[in-house]
Amino acid sequence: MQTTISTEQIRKDFPILQRKVRNEKNLVYLDNAATTQKPIQVINAITDFYTNHNSNIHRAVHALAEEATEAYEMTRDKIAKFLNIKDRQEIVFVRGTTEAINLVAYAWGRQNIKEGDIIVTTEYEHHSNIVPWQLLTQEKKGKLEYIAIDDNGELILDQLDQYLATGKVKLVAVSQMSNVLGTITDVATIIAKCKKAEVRVLIDGAQSVPHMKVDIDALGCDFFAFSGHKMLGPTGVGVLWAKKELLEQMAPFHGGGDMIREVHKYETTWNDLPYKFEAGTPNIADVIGFAAAIDYLNNIGMDYVRSHEIEITKYALDKLSQINGIKLYGTSDMSKRGGVISFNFADIHPHDLATIIDEDGVAIRSGHHCAQVLMEKLDIAATSRASFYIYNTKEEVDVLINSLSRAARLFKL
Amino acid sequence: MSGNADIYHEMIVDYSRHPSNFGKIENPTVHYHDSNPLCGDSIDIYMNVDDDKVSDIKFSGRGCAICLACTSVLTEIVKGKNIEDVRKIQKNDVLGELGLENLQAVRIKCALLSLKVLKYGLYSYLAAKDANADALKQEASSLY
Repeated sequence: MQTTISTEQIRKDFPILQRKVRNEKNLVYLDNAATTQKPIQVINAITDFYTNHNSNIHRAVHALAEEATEAYEMTRDKIAKFLNIKDRQEIVFVRGTTEAINLVAYAWGRQNIKEGDIIVTTEYEHHSNIVPWQLLTQEKKGKLEYIAIDDNGELILDQLDQYLATGKVKLVAVSQMSNVLGTITDVATIIAKCKKAEVRVLIDGAQSVPHMKVDIDALGCDFFAFSGHKMLGPTGVGVLWAKKELLEQMAPFHGGGDMIREVHKYETTWNDLPYKFEAGTPNIADVIGFAAAIDYLNNIGMDYVRSHEIEITKYALDKLSQINGIKLYGTSDMSKRGGVISFNFADIHPHDLATIIDEDGVAIRSGHHCAQVLMEKLDIAATSRASFYIYNTKEEVDVLINSLSRAARLFKL
Repeated sequence: MSGNADIYHEMIVDYSRHPSNFGKIENPTVHYHDSNPLCGDSIDIYMNVDDDKVSDIKFSGRGCAICLACTSVLTEIVKGKNIEDVRKIQKNDVLGELGLENLQAVRIKCALLSLKVLKYGLYSYLAAKDANADALKQEASSLY
């Protein structure tokens, strides 16, 4: 299988990549860190569910309910295998990474964070791994501390040692890959340090799981969060994984149907894991669609995904660095970065740049990327960001590069 | 307008590099600040009002070329005008000056942030003395 994979073949599975934008231009989709496109296999799985199997799950005894429940639960098993999770009951379906982190902040944090306690995060986190901890530490009179980044966009891990030495740290929450700089976090070292200090660790895997092999059992963290839509799956599906002993101790996040064992007028007992945390009718169709995304990634293999992205990113970094006025952010060491390139182009504001190159069909992201703490650190308002996935080609990078020279002409650089 | 990149004509690019009335006024009669949470554009407008006339106006902040050009044009329109006339400024008064009447929806917030700041600023100035000031607030919040 590995030897026969071609980008050309992969592109045929993505109907949207055939469409034209802005006056018949080929779509060059380079906004994959925001969300990826969906292969026909995922689209078909969702259509098939609504066409043939649509039903609510878990309670009714009729045929459709049985089929829907089985398909929904099969996704859980596929995720367990994909990420080497030993116990399927530790996999909780949520809307996305943001909800997963909020669930931990609410259900675990409110029980475990007290006045004076410290939660440590980093300067390159997405707002979803900052704001829930701000809310929690404000409510509990705790403190939020940040591991700073160095000039290469890598974490200064000595600072973690200093925080841990206070004896007050209860949780370290860190992303496995920065959505702006592409830096791959040395989570193994962070987890080892925290384990030694008996501190819980949450890993935000929104940017890592789609792009590299992740083994949750080997990592040994306490909480892990990621989203389906950044890895070929539908929007509205994400996963919180947490150690069973923690999920058992935690209070529920939402109350309602499916999360209960018995409800009486004034008291309720909770359902088994993971259903205790899946209140209400879940996003059944999209969870089932997500399974098709995992199948797709398994078929091409995560090693291929990673090596393809390294190749494209290297090529793009090389081309970009030859343009006068381009400022690149993050490390040039490809072993430490994923397929994300943030840059600025002379004094052209990223929004203006994105509008100009959009005329050529090139979709990049411009702005603060929900990482204003990082923007402040870098002392910039925004960056332009190109991010790659399995279907991107070197020819598409060339379109981006040509488009940048048009922007340079318009702005008389 | 055939394409969105046509908006980057010489005037816009020039304004973005050399904005008009850029700076601050110490102890102004009116000061208001706002930002666009999605893109981070951030504008402060300062005005001195003498005898119901805007005797001076300046702005500071950062934004894209569209934002800076529109804010420049807005301050040029406002400077020296009577408060009553400033109240009547509409979005097309600004967009028209720069040929941006057909600006795409996702960029309109860049163009109109400063008008929003101006209208909120005027509201904060007039709220205490003008029974009809609420209309300004309503206009500001429904600009985009």
